[in-house]
Amino acid sequence: MTARFALVDCNNFFCSCERVFDPSLAEVPVVVLSNNDGCIISRSDEAKALGIPMGAPLHEQARRIRENGVRVFSSNYTLYGDMSARVMAMLREAAPSVEVYSIDEAFLGLPAGFGEAEAKGLRERVLRWTGIPVCIGIGATKVLAKLANRHAKKNKAQTGGVFDIDRCPFADLLMGNTPCDALWGVGKRLASRLRGLGVGSVLDLKSADPAAIRKRLGVVGERMLRELNGISCLELEELPPQRKGVIASRSFGSPVEDLDQLREALANHVARASLKLRKFGLLATRVQVFLCTNRLRPDERQYHPALGVSLPSPTASTADLMAAAGRLLERIYRRGYRYKKAGVMLAPLVSADEYQPGLFDAPSRESAAVDKIVDDINRRMGSPRNPVIKRASQGAARSPKGWQMRSGRRSPNYTTDWHELPVAKA
Amino acid sequence: MKVERPIPLERRTKLPLPLYSGRVEAGFPSPADDHMERMLDLNEEIVRHPAATFFVRVQGHSMKDAGIHPGDILVVDRSLAPADRQIVVAMIDGEFTVKRFRRSKGKIFLEAENPDFKPIEIGEDRDMTVWGVVSYIIHKASSQP
Repeated sequence: MTARFALVDCNNFFCSCERVFDPSLAEVPVVVLSNNDGCIISRSDEAKALGIPMGAPLHEQARRIRENGVRVFSSNYTLYGDMSARVMAMLREAAPSVEVYSIDEAFLGLPAGFGEAEAKGLRERVLRWTGIPVCIGIGATKVLAKLANRHAKKNKAQTGGVFDIDRCPFADLLMGNTPCDALWGVGKRLASRLRGLGVGSVLDLKSADPAAIRKRLGVVGERMLRELNGISCLELEELPPQRKGVIASRSFGSPVEDLDQLREALANHVARASLKLRKFGLLATRVQVFLCTNRLRPDERQYHPALGVSLPSPTASTADLMAAAGRLLERIYRRGYRYKKAGVMLAPLVSADEYQPGLFDAPSRESAAVDKIVDDINRRMGSPRNPVIKRASQGAARSPKGWQMRSGRRSPNYTTDWHELPVAKA
Repeated sequence: MKVERPIPLERRTKLPLPLYSGRVEAGFPSPADDHMERMLDLNEEIVRHPAATFFVRVQGHSMKDAGIHPGDILVVDRSLAPADRQIVVAMIDGEFTVKRFRRSKGKIFLEAENPDFKPIEIGEDRDMTVWGVVSYIIHKASSQP
């Protein structure tokens, strides 16, 4: 047997994080909201049982929430990020190679002899150590591991949250009952094309003729078919792909009309985006600024401008990028619109190590030195959300602003702030 | 005692001190350089399992005889299995509580360390989960008592 894969997936991750630190949430329906408290993006099993759909706008569920005592939280990415790092650290100890696929999912390259018993042990340990329940699917390929994970999660009562599809005598039966759009990487469009070819279930695809699939669906379809037959085509990607661009944008808590307020919000986005560039050793070659009005309000006048400019020389300097973004904003801003969102995109990027300054480039060394000092101080004394040093254009700290996100129901930063630790009664 | 006129400090050399950090470029290497070890990191001693370790703030007086006082920080290691007589953080009645875990004659108790508080017996009808075992207590020396 060659190397096998596992997909580890944290169950209802954001809700589970909230539950670890709040004993009053046990066995109570819980939901977590998207940025700006707009939609429901995580649901506990109890909330799912009430029929609250994924992605539902909060206001549509208000009655159901009130009548069933559903506990509602704004998203707390500081907390979720810390809990995710703890889970991933445990996975790295259990497996020789790990691909962190998202905040709550990771592929593992399994050591020889790692099967359901070992996976159950890992699941127990992650639950005990971090309080986060996970499901683990095992298979000869990444596509099979993902499919196994789906079964483990859907039938938790029977599987105990762990399923090895290679060892299951009924694997074909299971695949026969699974539609193709349940497969990793198969969207609604591809699934309907497959149906057009008479391929409805995963088993149909598995037993289709590779040449025919390749002809109709290209190499992606053929790869999927091979992966289903246990021939690994997709490698573990342990290193994050080089970032192609950085986008920083947020929806406003309430509509913004005023240019100064837009400028302030944009300056904050540029500060975050340029910090990200410096963290990864990247430089931006181009800046683009965009504004949006609220598309969901057809009664309001709509305006969605975007404008970009190539920079004289690639930079990660907050001052340079803010200046460029500020000029772009002034050019696209029109009075009399109710803006819902402002943002900045830095792309394409080049690596700072590879970049060769041109003969006539004026390297802004002073500005780089200032950025380094500001970053150092902010890292030591502040947090990304609450930097201690800001540019004047970012606006004063802690004054409530129309452009700031709504996050009225955020839980405490239990694991990252000494003033917000969980409290135990003695 | 009469205070003499302070003697002005004689300035013979100018020592250029780096403002942030950096190496001294010239001069003899310190004889201690070969023996330099890195500084002690308290986390290493106190946090044995970083992924499983959480900090919890104390409120209340029921554990005073165990040296646990209001405002103290408990280092809680969730990787440890609770054993008889260990101090634990438990979830009970929708709250966190810190108590001494007792297992005797097939019964489980959460005991306070303060004569004013009665032990809590965990019967069939009572939901209790041990959240984690307290591995260290951080008490600020200048705080009460």
